[in-house]
Amino acid sequence: MRYMKEKLMKLFFFLAACISVAAVILICIFLLANGVPAIREIGIFEFLSGTKWKPANNLYGIFPMIIGSLYVTAGALLTGVPVGILTAVFLARFCPKHIYKTLKSAVNLMAGIPSVVYGFFGLVVLVPFVREAFGGRGMSVLSASILLGLMILPTIISVSEASIRAVPESYYEGGLALGASRERSVFYAVLPAAKSGIFAGIVLGIGRAVGETMAVMMVAGNQAVIPRNVLSGVRTLTTNIVLEMGYSTDLHREALIGTAVVLFLFILMINLSLSLLKRRMK
Amino acid sequence: MAGNRKLRRQYGRDPRSLFLLFSVWSAAFLTVLALFFMIAYILINGIPNLTPDLFAVRYTSENVSLLPALINTLSITLLSLLFAVPAGIGAAIYLTEYAGRGNRLVSMVGITAETLSGIPSIVYGLFGSLFFVKYLGMGLSLLSGALTLSIMILPLIMRTTEEALQSVPDSYREGSYGLGAGKLRTVFSVVLPCAVPGILSGVILGIGRIVGESAALIFTAGTVAEIADDIFSSARTLSVHMYAISGEGLYINQTYATAVVLLGFVILINGLSGFAAKKIGGTHADR
Repeated sequence: MRYMKEKLMKLFFFLAACISVAAVILICIFLLANGVPAIREIGIFEFLSGTKWKPANNLYGIFPMIIGSLYVTAGALLTGVPVGILTAVFLARFCPKHIYKTLKSAVNLMAGIPSVVYGFFGLVVLVPFVREAFGGRGMSVLSASILLGLMILPTIISVSEASIRAVPESYYEGGLALGASRERSVFYAVLPAAKSGIFAGIVLGIGRAVGETMAVMMVAGNQAVIPRNVLSGVRTLTTNIVLEMGYSTDLHREALIGTAVVLFLFILMINLSLSLLKRRMK
Repeated sequence: MAGNRKLRRQYGRDPRSLFLLFSVWSAAFLTVLALFFMIAYILINGIPNLTPDLFAVRYTSENVSLLPALINTLSITLLSLLFAVPAGIGAAIYLTEYAGRGNRLVSMVGITAETLSGIPSIVYGLFGSLFFVKYLGMGLSLLSGALTLSIMILPLIMRTTEEALQSVPDSYREGSYGLGAGKLRTVFSVVLPCAVPGILSGVILGIGRIVGESAALIFTAGTVAEIADDIFSSARTLSVHMYAISGEGLYINQTYATAVVLLGFVILINGLSGFAAKKIGGTHADR
């Protein structure tokens, strides 16, 4: 009896462990099975490099959305990475003890705020600000970039801080012993040693920025054309899916799933580079 | 004063160090400022709009009540945890207690869990609508939404439980075996209780993700603004509710108020996870 119970529970644990493997396989199968036929029907070349997305005219080119995702991600990195790394340096090296706890929980809170709240804040504060300050309609690459930069900050900060803290204290002391100032020791001895960890943080941030949907949708304007400048509206791969999934049918619907396939491949590439970076860190 | 002069002399000769120090401080200041500005802005605009109307039991287009969405959020959270917590803990137990060294499954699970945690929520939503809603025929329902979310938070719960189990010293297990307990009993009455704070912090983080999720739910749980009758009816959670009313442009005040409630939730959850983290620190110190 007891033996049976042991065996049964072991089987349950084993099956539980298999769930994540099964989930990845299922996700791959269902996305590919529903997306690939459409891509084939449209033609992979037309699908990826077509610049016209007009479902009503049977034109399904997602090139503008690919470019859009790249633009807002690059913009998010431009705004988020410098501030994120410097804040991480502050937290790891310069932060007075009595404010550390408050700052750390502020960063954690930032990571927990839902993307709709970020998006709404962007809609009521950032969009009008961009409209007043730079002209245009406000819903733009710029607004999306700033908002995404804010959203990836906690990721970059926590990962970078951990990797800066992992650098042996002797690097810092060595810098001081050679007559460098505190700041120079940190920036020229400690920070280079934490490089691969910081890169891992940035890659994670890229993953978040590429995958973010709701917040971007609320501030980006969502026109399915290649943005001419940072003040034009933009549509990303993710928002393309949410915007039209609700009412699409047939080939249109499958083309949206095809968009998700492309997005999924992007994310897999990002994941792959992340695990390569992690291997290098070890 | 003397210290001040010393500082000035040091940095006067070395403007680059001064610049680095300045940029580090201002970056940290900017981060905190952005967060506090956002929270303050939402609270100031939202709290005055927290009217009793918003907490009416039935949603109408006049009161834009958020209470149904709030209740739906609670039920979808419970339902997701019901699936994800046993699965996550079970998987972690298999990986740490049963699988031997160099087991192929362990590395497979590791890789797939990492992949899962990188997948954007909209892809989960799409998968959920293809698999649970259509293929398994569950329709737009709380159940489809909860199952989708439970896959999403599974790696999180699995990873935190695994770490917590690994930090339980082997001497505990050996002691239990020495007293004649079997494997299963050792796991459930010795190892698992020690890992509770770690598991709890994973669960709390998972709750945070569920409460904040919107993209994965729109096409799985749907957007019906009523309290769900059962797990097979479609219903919107608070985040989806907020997105839906912000899009219409008519309910800006109610959106602020909803944001306040959502923020309140998140702050509460963050506080709880901080508390759980402190508990973990406590058990470490005991050892």
